[in-house]
Amino acid sequence: MDKIQIQNELKEIIKVYVPEKEILENLTLEHDLINDLKINSAHIVDIVLDVEEKYDIMIEDEAIMKMGTIGQAIEVINGKVQEK
Amino acid sequence: MANHRVVITGIGVIAPNGVGRVEFENSLRIGRSGIKFFEKSKTLNFNCQIAGKPNVTPDYKEIYFDDYYQNKLKNKAIIYGCLSGLEAWKDAGLKKNHELVDYDSGMIFGSGALAMDSFNQKTVEIILEGKSRRLGSSIIPQSMSSGTAAYLNKILGLGNRILSNSSACITGSESVLLGFEHLKLGKAKRMLCGSTEGDGILIWGAFDPMRILTSDSNDNPQQGSRPLCKTSVGFVPGGGSGTLILETLESAQERNAKIYAEILGTDVNSGGFRNGGSMTAPNSSAVINCMKNTLAQSKITSDEIDLISGHLTGTKGDVTEIKNWIVGLNRKQQNFPLINTPKSMIGHCIAGAGSIELVAAIIQMEKSFVHGNYNIKEINPEISAEISPNCIPQQTVQKEINTIMKANFGFGDLNCTILLRKWKNG
Repeated sequence: MDKIQIQNELKEIIKVYVPEKEILENLTLEHDLINDLKINSAHIVDIVLDVEEKYDIMIEDEAIMKMGTIGQAIEVINGKVQEK
Repeated sequence: MANHRVVITGIGVIAPNGVGRVEFENSLRIGRSGIKFFEKSKTLNFNCQIAGKPNVTPDYKEIYFDDYYQNKLKNKAIIYGCLSGLEAWKDAGLKKNHELVDYDSGMIFGSGALAMDSFNQKTVEIILEGKSRRLGSSIIPQSMSSGTAAYLNKILGLGNRILSNSSACITGSESVLLGFEHLKLGKAKRMLCGSTEGDGILIWGAFDPMRILTSDSNDNPQQGSRPLCKTSVGFVPGGGSGTLILETLESAQERNAKIYAEILGTDVNSGGFRNGGSMTAPNSSAVINCMKNTLAQSKITSDEIDLISGHLTGTKGDVTEIKNWIVGLNRKQQNFPLINTPKSMIGHCIAGAGSIELVAAIIQMEKSFVHGNYNIKEINPEISAEISPNCIPQQTVQKEINTIMKANFGFGDLNCTILLRKWKNG
């Protein structure tokens, strides 16, 4: 599984939590989930749950704190997938 | 003190026999029942295995909801409430505020056993399995009593008073009363007023042991809800929601809004659990006072009332209710007004009842008809001894209706009455 695949799958997961979908058309690794994508901070835990289910991984609270941008989220997910 | 006239400029409804006001109107006219048998209720040994549940499809939700609401809202009380609220807002010709907060508009949105909608069955199971981490962020917003108002207002962006009342079966009519009083004082230009009740085994299973639900119609669900009927043995539980947009007359006229009706008067009170009042039965003297106070505030005489929209659940309370109307309005036998309730078709939608029935009242007023009280095998003799059978239509009749008095009575010895007058350009 490569990071491009994770990025595409992550985009599908976060879509429902993004109020303005247009921004997803030009999604970059630098996009911040809360500040740029305007995802309600309460939904970060929902995204983590969806990600955990999708990849059958467990993301601890400390790792969640590191998932600020799309790129950082991919790194965390990729790291956990590699550990499996 | 300001004393604004208050009018109704929008309606929306999600009922067991009709999703949206057009389908609901059609169902009222032809007497279509929304009561069904539920296999799960049989498996769980309920005495009453029938109920009214709105048939809300993903296609209908698509009209009003974005993908988050479509996929993530699970509490049916909140789904029904948001849908009836958004339909009413649109019906009133109002827009959603995407950027600005609308400080002139507020909301009163009530509910009953909101957190007992069957969506929370899974919540309890997950917590008891020690897996609460898996619940995510939306269980509390979807379980708090103010949940419907919160989800609805995320879409609408209203900045005036946002309040969620809960007063059992009077919740819906009380939400309208609270909005009416707020507008009368000039504290807002418009108020979205509604109420909702979810459904499923947790609510139905909790009512079941009280022995107040219909238990004789599991094989014949559409005949189960029989208000005013001699053979009626209880009520059929239902879910659903209604919403009315209330507005000051100035505001409605300023924007050339369509006006359905004016609210002339309202009252809410309690029998205080005295003089026959209890958790489940009303203190009749309080009921009568409530009716008389509404008449007095409306500055009309009772002979102007064309139609009573009754509470009439199909329990023994129906007889008490009729006797109270007779005293409250001082009208009896042939002189009693027409009276009806949609409960034969939709069951008793508990906290949703008042607002759904007010929407039914406004539709009948607008379209000049009185829907039937269906399923009556024989009018309860204790009722036919007091009022003429002509007052109890059993089929839809075409008739001009100018003045309707609405009442709801609720657990906790609560009463609410509202007087509506059809709008005729001033």
